[in-house]
Amino acid sequence: MTAQTILQVDKLSIALRLKGQGFPAVSNLSFSVERGEVFGLVGESGCGKSLCALTIAGLLRDPLHVTGGRIDFDGQDINRLSNRDMRRLRGNRVAMIFQEPMTSLNPLMTIGDQIGEMFELHENMSRRQARLKAVESLEQVQVPSPERRIRDYPHQLSGGMRQRVMIAIALACNPALLIADEPTTALDVTIQAEIVELILDLCKARGTAVLMISHDLGLVARICNRVAVMYAGSIVEERAASEVFVDPRHPYTQGLLASLPRLGRRLQEGRKPLMEIKGVVPALTERGPGCGFAPRCSKATDICWADMPAATALSGSGKIRCYHHG
Amino acid sequence: MFLLIGRRLLQSMVTVIAAVTLIFLLFSVIPGTFVSSLAGDKRDIDPKVLERIETELGLNDPLPTRFANYIGNLVRGDLGTSFATQRPVTAVLSARIWASFKLACAAIGFAVIVGLPLGFVAAVKQGTWMDTTAMMTAVSGLSIPAFWFGLLTMYFISLKLGWLPTFGYGNGGFRHLILPALTLGIAPMALLARTSRAAVLETMNADFIRTARSKGNTETRIVVRHMARNAFVLVLTTIGLQFGSMLGGSVVIENLFAWPGIGALLTQSVSMRDIPMVQGCILLIVLFFLVINTLVDIAYLLIDPRIRYR
Repeated sequence: MTAQTILQVDKLSIALRLKGQGFPAVSNLSFSVERGEVFGLVGESGCGKSLCALTIAGLLRDPLHVTGGRIDFDGQDINRLSNRDMRRLRGNRVAMIFQEPMTSLNPLMTIGDQIGEMFELHENMSRRQARLKAVESLEQVQVPSPERRIRDYPHQLSGGMRQRVMIAIALACNPALLIADEPTTALDVTIQAEIVELILDLCKARGTAVLMISHDLGLVARICNRVAVMYAGSIVEERAASEVFVDPRHPYTQGLLASLPRLGRRLQEGRKPLMEIKGVVPALTERGPGCGFAPRCSKATDICWADMPAATALSGSGKIRCYHHG
Repeated sequence: MFLLIGRRLLQSMVTVIAAVTLIFLLFSVIPGTFVSSLAGDKRDIDPKVLERIETELGLNDPLPTRFANYIGNLVRGDLGTSFATQRPVTAVLSARIWASFKLACAAIGFAVIVGLPLGFVAAVKQGTWMDTTAMMTAVSGLSIPAFWFGLLTMYFISLKLGWLPTFGYGNGGFRHLILPALTLGIAPMALLARTSRAAVLETMNADFIRTARSKGNTETRIVVRHMARNAFVLVLTTIGLQFGSMLGGSVVIENLFAWPGIGALLTQSVSMRDIPMVQGCILLIVLFFLVINTLVDIAYLLIDPRIRYR
């Protein structure tokens, strides 16, 4: 870990505990995010990427528990922080944007109050001062006529506008790390790009690092410096974004990229069905001791079923978990 | 806002007219009249006298005439004269409304003050012994018949322990109010405990609560600033409905505790077929219900910005 590292996740494991039984949902997850960097965490639904995000923000709730590993934020082990210190961190230094702008805002509070709350909580401002700052924040996320808008309630705004408000809330106190958990998934395609640009611009101006969680490979390839691909609770490949999409090494990443529909392919190759990775993601209760991807992998051998491959460094840069990479 | 109140009043008028008509027709088809109830007491009354009373009270007039007379008087604010006491119905009602209103307020107050926290605790401590205890209390409260619960409190609290008066209005003091209010409020209390538990659970798992947490709010502040109002919106309707139906629901309790309110008056009047009195009581109960519901609608407007009546 260097001074440039803002977030270091080391062998993090999370389990779902039901009736005394534990089911590992995330196991031995390790990655780090540098200051000011945009780091992508991709994977399909249920692979554990959102759990990872919630854990970093200290928001994991029963029946999910951290069962091992540590998370260092800015050199501090967050598991050792008191509730009070964790609260000071949350919102102030680590902020989050969620997937559902429609339900993530309190329906009975004006958006001015909801943004202003950040200044009340972390900068000890009075409600009046906080309101003035809220106008500024709204202006920064390019909401038109912010002085009028702060009196609006969430139901009076469109989905895109609400996500802008969420961004204003998240970036209000200039956090060092922004966790964006699928920030554009629930939005219309036409505004997705706008919202992503907005997040990136504002974070760049503030030197805020972004942990971008997404299942949109195209988006991640375009905006991230480095990417970690998750499958069934583990990171299977971690590389520079420019490399992973050109030369994927893990069979899962290869399968994912091959499944992407490409414009013009039909003209070149004629009509054929889209590629897909055969099989489904194993349920939490059905995960064996070996590589999580083995059941769907064409290269799988006996060892893949028996033992989880360790993360090994690739010759260039990056890491991979596979016995048969290359 | 005022437009809304005006419109609600107009809508209420329709309900009132329907209720009044229904009650009038109902009492014209059920067997027995005021006169037959007099004669039923095995008192020896000359049939000629009975006939004269019948004519004087207008009971022999054809139905449409009686209805027209009733409505005509009603519009002028005259609810008629009691058959039994010959006193104007409005005067009797106004003498009794206060007792009933006091009882209803005390009962709903008890239901809210006990039921809401009970449901809240049950939700926050979901799955623990506190939750189980609170919900068992709630289910018991809903399933015990109120009159039986009333008898129990009378027996144990008044007779055995002698802490509170058994029944009656006394001089209108607080001590006489406690047992009837408790008995009347127990079922709404239980219902509120259940609804507020569900409401708090729903709110607790809402996305915006997760947002509030991610902002660095303390748990207390989350409850006070983000959860309370949202959960209350879900409970408000139940409170309104329970309070509104309390005047009518207190009929049994008022009789049990000899409480001089509308409910006790209603039962007496029904058994005597004192039709103007019955109609007056029911009209009052209906009006009370409508007023409370309109107030709830207005409260919604004030609390929830998403609601705009058009």
